Amino acid sequence: MALLSVKDLHTRYGTGRQVLRAVDGVSFDIERGETVGLVGESGCGKSTLGKTVLRLVPPAEGEIRLDGVDITRLGDRAMAPHRRRMQMIFQDPFGSLNPRQTIRTVLDTALKVHQQGDAGERRSRLQEIIARVGLPADSPDRYPHEFSGGQRQRIGIARALVLQPALIVCDEPVSALDVSIQAQILNLLVDLKRDLGLSYLFISHDLSVVRYFADRVLVMYLGRIVESASHATLWRDPRHPYTKALFAAVPSTDPTHKRTAPSIKGELTTTIASGCRFASRCPAATDRCRAEEPQLRSVGEGHHAACHYA
Amino acid sequence: MNPIPVPLLEVDRLTVAFPGHVAVREASFAIAPAETLALVGESGCGKSVTAFSVMRLLPPNARVASGRILFDGNDLMTASRPEMRRLRGRHISLIQQEPMTSLNPVLSIGVQIGEVLRRHERLSRRATRARVVELLDLVKIPDAHRRIDDYPHNLSGGMRQRVMIAMAVACHPKLLIADEPTTALDVTTQAQVLDLLGDLRRELAMAVLLITHDLGVVAQWADRIAVMYAGRIVERASIVPFFARPMHPYSHGLLGARVDVDAEEHYLTDRLTEIPGSVGSAAGETGCSFAPRCPMVQPSCRLAPPPLLELADGRAVACPITAAQTGAPHGAAVG
Repeated sequence: MALLSVKDLHTRYGTGRQVLRAVDGVSFDIERGETVGLVGESGCGKSTLGKTVLRLVPPAEGEIRLDGVDITRLGDRAMAPHRRRMQMIFQDPFGSLNPRQTIRTVLDTALKVHQQGDAGERRSRLQEIIARVGLPADSPDRYPHEFSGGQRQRIGIARALVLQPALIVCDEPVSALDVSIQAQILNLLVDLKRDLGLSYLFISHDLSVVRYFADRVLVMYLGRIVESASHATLWRDPRHPYTKALFAAVPSTDPTHKRTAPSIKGELTTTIASGCRFASRCPAATDRCRAEEPQLRSVGEGHHAACHYA
Repeated sequence: MNPIPVPLLEVDRLTVAFPGHVAVREASFAIAPAETLALVGESGCGKSVTAFSVMRLLPPNARVASGRILFDGNDLMTASRPEMRRLRGRHISLIQQEPMTSLNPVLSIGVQIGEVLRRHERLSRRATRARVVELLDLVKIPDAHRRIDDYPHNLSGGMRQRVMIAMAVACHPKLLIADEPTTALDVTTQAQVLDLLGDLRRELAMAVLLITHDLGVVAQWADRIAVMYAGRIVERASIVPFFARPMHPYSHGLLGARVDVDAEEHYLTDRLTEIPGSVGSAAGETGCSFAPRCPMVQPSCRLAPPPLLELADGRAVACPITAAQTGAPHGAAVG
């Protein structure tokens, strides 16, 4: 049984005629100890998907199962024990920390809310987690502004870990960090996963980071998964034209390896016509693509793509 | 040895101080006409302050403590304010990271682009409008005739950045300063915008000072690189030799720490190389600011900041240790 199982999930914003289908029929599983990468451009719905899975945004339709338990429509009280099992790390480590709370308050509040241990136990858990994420031992009594960007992200990681979750949704965890700090944080996330048996849903627009960090990758476009495969398969044999275009757009750090493929035209829009959502930007679109929406289908071992011609 | 015979822009030992903090220390570099120089470094390293110094657009609490900036033979540090106003937008232009905050939300894009033209050239309204349409075509905004009356909020992020570029190149500047022009954009849009900048640069024979932290962008779109660390330029080189053999330990660390999309690295088999610590550890360092994080640090590094040593082929590195390993310094220290 998968740790997390999502079936035909829909999330909508707005009401009446002004409805944005941010997540529009998404299904996937995350196994224990697995890292699933979720890539796509801004506005494609990847953050909304992450938040819906955590029940931070209400799902409109579909099913979310954690350890086999359907949590899609649980009330606040029934949801509480499940919330402890799923945590989130945010992109902006400063924006997601209260500037007027010490690190101790930030971490202790999570433990108190979930009634984890007495004051002594909480204090030792706190010290343990501070050391585990590589923060100095005197950190608990300091405020967020006293830390650098990389250290603040370590605080964000400590807050997610302090409740000993099984699944962590990482929403662009290294995008706001400098290159020299990115490697430190990625290595820390790898160590934590190995030592604590964590599963990650790793949301990022940075394909190089996802290629390094994920076991399996979902490519999202306008609210739908257009391709999914193991990291090795996806980079060796991308099938969806959107995946290919994304890969071609990443600038290589080898200056002797100049980009040859022209960049795809246009940008992500939020208006969805009939047929394939990518058809208006696709270099290989046909009449069939404009009329009939392709469904995600198997194109190889553990490899799915939503393209008529994949 | 000077690799650039007649530089368009020459920044010579520029030092910029803020109250209680020196943002740029003795930075020297030059840009030849029609060349793209990438200025690379982490946030807070002084790269944007350097750019704003060239534009003479530093905030009021900043002070240029020393140094010269020569543009096309004119000393920008001593230029009068009217002279600077004539240069800005006409011969030197700037585009910034966030097009939405650089555009006026209550004016149509046509009015905003036209304003640059009318400021620098005597043009009738009708002629201005015609030129704006041409410019929108030039930056490949489809349907320029209709788009000219759009407001910034009608446009996507990539289109807004195209509008900024149209505004910047309206008077065919000799130098375009692009401060993280694609950092806020998606990867497919980034490729479109940088390809456009590359085309325009060739068509208009325009030099570009490209400020970025993205080494992929540098490798694909720049001719030369200057690496900044804690306010100092620590290495200067042409692109191909730089990526083949970075010389400063910081450059070396940066290239090692990046996740390269071409390399088949995966967390199960490869560990990323870290640069330990953070830029903050340079505070209070009397010698090389990278010394606290450097794997090759020697006691002598802690004594005084190492000068930028000129080597062969226009390379320069501010590290006597690695410079000595690659042969004798070619010339004297320059800054």
